[in-house]
Amino acid sequence: MIVAEIKPFGEIKDMLKDYNKVLIVGCGTCVTVCLSGGERQVELLASALRMARKIEGNEITVGERTILRQCDPEFIDQIKDEAAQYDAILSMACGAGVQGIAERFGSITVLPAMNTRFIGVSDGQGTWVEVCAACGDCILYKTGGICPVARCAKSLINGPCGGSQGGLCEVSKDNPCVWQQIYARLVKLNLLHFLKEISPPKTRPVHPRRLVREDLRLKKEQTKGV
Amino acid sequence: MGFREALDSGKFLITAEIGPVKGTEIDGLLEDAELIKGKVDAINVTDLQSSVMRLGSMAVCHLLKDLGIDPILQLTCRDRNRLALQSDLLSAWVLGIRNVLALTGDHPTLGDHPQAMPVFDLDSVSLLKVIGRLNEGFDMAGNQLKGAPDFFPGAVVNPGANTETALEMQIIKMEKKIEAGARFFQTQGIFDLDLFERFMKRIEGFKTTVLGGIILLKSAGMARFMNKNVAGVFVPEPLIKEMETTKDKVKTSIEMAARLIKGLKNLCQGVHIMAIGWEKRIPMVLEEAGL
Ligand code: SF4
Ligand code: SF4
Repeated sequence: MIVAEIKPFGEIKDMLKDYNKVLIVGCGTCVTVCLSGGERQVELLASALRMARKIEGNEITVGERTILRQCDPEFIDQIKDEAAQYDAILSMACGAGVQGIAERFGSITVLPAMNTRFIGVSDGQGTWVEVCAACGDCILYKTGGICPVARCAKSLINGPCGGSQGGLCEVSKDNPCVWQQIYARLVKLNLLHFLKEISPPKTRPVHPRRLVREDLRLKKEQTKGV
Repeated sequence: MGFREALDSGKFLITAEIGPVKGTEIDGLLEDAELIKGKVDAINVTDLQSSVMRLGSMAVCHLLKDLGIDPILQLTCRDRNRLALQSDLLSAWVLGIRNVLALTGDHPTLGDHPQAMPVFDLDSVSLLKVIGRLNEGFDMAGNQLKGAPDFFPGAVVNPGANTETALEMQIIKMEKKIEAGARFFQTQGIFDLDLFERFMKRIEGFKTTVLGGIILLKSAGMARFMNKNVAGVFVPEPLIKEMETTKDKVKTSIEMAARLIKGLKNLCQGVHIMAIGWEKRIPMVLEEAGL
């Protein structure tokens, strides 16, 4: 999932200082799973904002809505009429969701309530860890299903640097050296030969990336024609 | 005789290492180099060691060349993408630099500009392959060069990696570096000869040249610090005690280094001395070691 965290309250409040009618929109997918931008967080942020603005003597009307996916126009359209009644939308989705809404409702200001961090998984209660850098050329088959691109601080693909100590990464003692884990997994799977092969340097992605699937495009055109 | 010729001659090799200053004052550095000139086969110049911004390796290598010393350019993948690495290699060649040590490099977060972008476009293995390609007259993209270098490439290995897994991976990576063209290896500092002997046994079949690393220990505190913070360096307790109880730290340090060098003479093909500020004492170490 995409892991995101809510921005500091002061920053959000500051972003909204010129708006008096704001719709907070949560997202029901990744940020709900990582407990940062779902229905519950929308509710909490809305009441905190109302309270803070009330204390300042500058009351704000805050609407609350959560849709299943902010990265999908179909779901965004569900709040079209409602959104038109507000000065601004505060999106609690990842950056893709914020832009999805902004793109769809061109004439309403859309503000981000979140900092989007990475593609990751849960790593124990209250902790998430990055596991994929969306490099576009997956090599997990030769690294025992553990990604060195996202999980090695230097994205090394030919084995570890010399900096690992006691199984930990030289960059942060909070992180294991991922190459130790890859090695252990490859041994277990009897796939160590992959580590012995020289891996060529990866091609660096050029932003913005775009994916075109001709098979799907054709189908669409066909149905359109029917 | 240059480093490559010395290596081919089969003599016991001696290299030292100097780290450029932060700034432009190079007198001290050149003085040190003059002092050890003639006593070593080559001098490594570090590339922004520990990710601390300083004077560059290439310029200092060039100055050493002018002094009649054969330099080893340390080149890390930390700060340059494949364009810059290849271009710097060509630049180094036209400045008279013949030996390159290909390194991954420390992460920028460990240095004095932790906000810097970590590049690592290539790694030490692919950098070695690129050096080989340039030597053949082609760049990484397969374009032909107008005039090719003829570098003598080397790499590093950490024989003291402190878990069995880490050591196994160091050895696998060492093999890959040899396959990618590394002709010699300089190791992390060695303090435990038995451990090093075991490492050398493990790599017995590898056709390469190993220069064992020697770090001049300045104090017991430095030893404890390295044991805790420097990957692959382990100073055994008796040596720490020796430094702790001595009245003359410099003398003890020199004796200790000389003792280790004598031990290495039977185990590998040379030594690489990292004096870390005590470069002036390298001649005394070598004399004490009978070299
Ligand atoms: S190699 Fe790593 S970063 Fe690339 S797609 Fe696979 S998991 Fe993601
Ligand atoms: S210690 Fe391991 S995880 Fe950290 S940078 Fe080096 S190889 Fe990568």
